[in-house]
Amino acid sequence: MTATEVRPADSPPAEVHPGRLGRDTWVMARRNLLRYVRLPQLLAFSVIQPIMFLLLFTYVFGGAIGAAIPPAAGGKYINFLLPGLLVQISLFGATQTAIGLTDDLARGVVDRFRSLPMARSAVLTGRTLADLLRNAVVLALMFGVAFAIGFRYQTSLLGFLAGVGIVLLFAYAMSWVMAAIGLKVVNPEATQTAVFLIVFPFVFASAVFVPVQTMPSWLQPFAEHQPVTAMVQAARALMLGSGALEPGQTVSGVVVVAIVWCVAITAVAAPLAVRIYRRSTRT
Amino acid sequence: MAEAPIVEAQDIHLAFGDVKALNGASLCIERGTVYGLLGVNGAGKTTLINVLSTLLVPDSGRASVGGDDVITQSRAVRRRIGLAGQFAAVDDYLTGRETVAMIGELYGLNRAEALRRAADVLERFNLADAADRRAAGYSGGMRRRLDLAASLVGRPEILFLDEPTTGIDPGSRLDIWRLVRELVDDGTTVLLTTQYLEEADELADLIGVIDQGRIVSEGTSDELKDALGDNRIHLRVRESDIDATLRVTEGFDDRVELAGGEFNFPAPNGMGSLTAMVRALDDVGVEPLGLSFERPSLDEVFLALTGSEDGSGNGPHVAPAEPQESR
Repeated sequence: MTATEVRPADSPPAEVHPGRLGRDTWVMARRNLLRYVRLPQLLAFSVIQPIMFLLLFTYVFGGAIGAAIPPAAGGKYINFLLPGLLVQISLFGATQTAIGLTDDLARGVVDRFRSLPMARSAVLTGRTLADLLRNAVVLALMFGVAFAIGFRYQTSLLGFLAGVGIVLLFAYAMSWVMAAIGLKVVNPEATQTAVFLIVFPFVFASAVFVPVQTMPSWLQPFAEHQPVTAMVQAARALMLGSGALEPGQTVSGVVVVAIVWCVAITAVAAPLAVRIYRRSTRT
Repeated sequence: MAEAPIVEAQDIHLAFGDVKALNGASLCIERGTVYGLLGVNGAGKTTLINVLSTLLVPDSGRASVGGDDVITQSRAVRRRIGLAGQFAAVDDYLTGRETVAMIGELYGLNRAEALRRAADVLERFNLADAADRRAAGYSGGMRRRLDLAASLVGRPEILFLDEPTTGIDPGSRLDIWRLVRELVDDGTTVLLTTQYLEEADELADLIGVIDQGRIVSEGTSDELKDALGDNRIHLRVRESDIDATLRVTEGFDDRVELAGGEFNFPAPNGMGSLTAMVRALDDVGVEPLGLSFERPSLDEVFLALTGSEDGSGNGPHVAPAEPQESR
């Protein structure tokens, strides 16, 4: 390595006017959202999969798992399942951040943006914002189907919406993680594989589908304390009430843990993604 | 022209792992000119453009655009430049107008101004009729023009064009050439890379031949050809004058080729050799039937400079930089 002293260019984050960042973020978010408006089939595809999951899990596993679910679920597996499934779907949705960015990288679009005097991080803030809104739309459509096949929250509308809020907060945090991964891996196909390698263990070794207590004892510590479970517990507590929790847990307790996770993930992943972005280029 | 050059690059080194993409590249571009960077795939053209447009940070060396350092004042540099990359970076689902206006907004224009300028450049690039159609339906040449239009909406002082006509049809290529000339007439400086000798010959005021990460030769098209020193004189005389002519030409060079009254021999002093030849023939009373001066083609120059087969394929030292982000 010669002359490393002239390499610091990726560091000085040219101070950007805050208004400029907001404006450029919106320009970028609008670009990304227009994709779904113009190509509605993309949105349709991203909705079909979650709804398929919802129906399959409810009707295929519902009978078998029913006995293990906490009474707060009102005796219906779907009541237990939906908060967890929302977390899963929002996490799957967040992977789109990685896919979208690698696509932009591969097509040279990122090079174009990086050569412009715009707020550089706006490419990422705009992308994560657009993905958050898309995720919200997907979740809303899922609720529709869930209500139609019998889901009922056991708390209040406010509790239900608060649960949705936690899920979206998590989706946003994970979008930043996915952005960092996509920018680091660069190759679109490799990224697709990479993100799901990371996502699957977290989704399945969690409280999404079954109570953690039904898992082998070596797996329980991980399943109990990883962020996906934290989100699921918070969403369940807010939608089903404290009866959905294990003894010793409180609704406010699990909600605080979930929020701390989201903030911590974002605080680490967002600056990291921006750092990698500054050095990303097609060639 | 006492004005400072708009681009100055000195001894730029940049390696991707073991591949030295740039190996001491230096470059100087005067305002209002077209600089053609000529080289095969893997010679370092795109890497150099990427350094100048602040996308890559060199391992060593310094470069400035409009007096601003590309490393420490990269943001100021980005305000001065427009970049049209090797592939039209155009979103299929956006219309031409949306694409150009979006880039305008990202240059800091307000929406109304961005739309106004978008209409201007689209008109100029012959895309006014297609402005409200999605780019998905554009032809290859139209996409290139749209990409170029987008890179100009911010009215950059200097435009970087990375292989602007690679992979498009000949008609569109002429369109792009015309547009580049118009830009220069308006005072924009252009740095273009190309693998096509003809393109450099047509457009560039100054040509830099880049090979293995450094500029190996630089000059106008004519200077490069002269530098090769292989100009030739072609002379045709009456059969009765052949002997007299032979005596004259022998004094010039011993590598004279003679075939049926037609002479062909090197002219190491270029035009000077030709004038001297005319005088000498006049002295002995030989009147040429035909006399012409031939310059080597730029292809020959390129071959001599880089030892590469031609300007269109992959050279022997091609080491495409992996699209990877280092460290």
